[in-house]
Amino acid sequence: MTADETMVFRGRVWVAGDNINTDLILPIQAYYLTIAEQPKWVFSANRPGWSDEVRKGDILIGGKNFGMGSSRPAARSLKNLGLACVVAESINGLFYRNAVNFAFPALEAPGVSEIFEEGDSAEVFFEAFRVRNPTSGKECSAGAMPVPLLNILKAGGIYPLLEKEGKIAPLAS
Amino acid sequence: MGMTAIEKILARNGDLKLVRPGDVVTVRVETSILFDNNLMDSVWRDILEVHDPSKVVVVFDHRAPAAHVLSAKGHKRGREFVKKFGITRFHDIGREQGISHVLVADYGYGLPGTVLICSDSHTCSAGVFNVAARGVGSPDITYSICKGETWFRVGETIRYDLEGTLPPGVFTKDLFLHMAGRYGNHATMNIEFGGSALPGLSMNARRTITTMGAELSVEFATFEPDGIMLDYVRARTGQPFEPQWPDADANYLDRRTIKLDDLEPLVALPDTVLNNSRSVGEVAGTAIDQAFIGSCANGTLDDFAIAARILGGKRVSPNTRLIVTPGTQNIYREAMRLGYVQAIVDAGGVVTNATCGACGGGSLGVLGPGETCITASTRNFKGRMGDPSARIFMASPATVAASAISGKIASPMEYFQ
Repeated sequence: MTADETMVFRGRVWVAGDNINTDLILPIQAYYLTIAEQPKWVFSANRPGWSDEVRKGDILIGGKNFGMGSSRPAARSLKNLGLACVVAESINGLFYRNAVNFAFPALEAPGVSEIFEEGDSAEVFFEAFRVRNPTSGKECSAGAMPVPLLNILKAGGIYPLLEKEGKIAPLAS
Repeated sequence: MGMTAIEKILARNGDLKLVRPGDVVTVRVETSILFDNNLMDSVWRDILEVHDPSKVVVVFDHRAPAAHVLSAKGHKRGREFVKKFGITRFHDIGREQGISHVLVADYGYGLPGTVLICSDSHTCSAGVFNVAARGVGSPDITYSICKGETWFRVGETIRYDLEGTLPPGVFTKDLFLHMAGRYGNHATMNIEFGGSALPGLSMNARRTITTMGAELSVEFATFEPDGIMLDYVRARTGQPFEPQWPDADANYLDRRTIKLDDLEPLVALPDTVLNNSRSVGEVAGTAIDQAFIGSCANGTLDDFAIAARILGGKRVSPNTRLIVTPGTQNIYREAMRLGYVQAIVDAGGVVTNATCGACGGGSLGVLGPGETCITASTRNFKGRMGDPSARIFMASPATVAASAISGKIASPMEYFQ
């Protein structure tokens, strides 16, 4: 996780629209590639070349129903692309589960798309459930991530928890 | 204030007296379904302990039979997993092969009043059996197989009361397209179906709607239990279960009545089904390269009967290819016995084995650049069925079959005079 202990993210903003679906984030052509190869395919259908422009720590601002669609591990691709977090107007329930379980910080903040334009900087105070545009000074509050889910996120996701309990084998490196 | 059906199912399986929107609940999982995509190299995590093998189902459906070495490796891994933990509900390539959600219907795996998860988004399909069924992620399914439980965020519920009768030529896929077109997404919400129309809707017709709930981004889609559903499940399983009816004073965010008699054949334009439905007349005449009937939503025996009725004695247009994929091999066998496969193949349609197939763009009907498809399947996202420049219209199996004959999008109504 690219956060300090209190999970504050500061980074450059990318803006995505409403109803961004999982096929755009993790297209079927990429589904059967390796985990390392998948991130470069993010938005290849709707924004070719974008994945090359993303720098580690960038922040994605989403619209309504972000991540709609399938259960494929799309959140993992965004995390592995180097994005620090996503803050969206609303987040699809299935994407939200995957975000928590793959430890990709995700917040729902109605109105967030109003206070950012692409290229702005953003400050995300993840555990205070607040996001701020340091240039304009405008702020927006987010819905709280329930504590049990925050605990999964901070533990690095579901798999490290299951590894610790001896329920699954560590990944062979 | 009482609870909706889904709130009652979650309360019962979480040993809670009350469940309300906004709660995060931990519940027992009665049925965990593992399918071939979970077993692929980029997804699989080696499970060392299974909480209860009798609560696990293993299915190969997305790439079945194996489409490439990667899926062959996944299938091999699945067979080893099943053997290692003594899992008996296993659907390998062969007689019991099929799409997980359709197998749930065929074999009575969805016990009313219980929780069922699978890491495919269309798992909400089993809500038709009054099951809290939801598509989750691979980590969730791994967790539930290991620990026998999962968590849900509880959303508000919208109640849909269905009244009247569908006109001839109009199907529950059109009802779905009406809902998606008129109401758009239902993200973070549940939908619950009831109403006086239920006795006139077959289990297959109902299951199309709950399956398509994923496309409305619902958390859960459930039907109120009735005799038709309970008889259907009891005919397929000896397991005990307790269906959950909504309380009379359940708290709904909204109640909407849909009069089925008022519906007409609809088509969703490419890229999304949300607020994107048109009357078939508005797009009639659009040339199509491919027509597809299949998937967990529309690979049922009812859908085969509709396709066979329209295609019987006709020919698929030489400018179009028609692909029809059954949901399970059981459906395939029954469709053969009843002459449906014969009618479709005689007309020039290609009937494939039971699999997700063209719906996921992986095999058996992938679209090329710039092609146009009309599909009776689950999803029409950009790039869903192949090249991102392909256009995917969505409609009922009847509209797809009628369109396959004319080579252009066409109304099915002339076949139902």
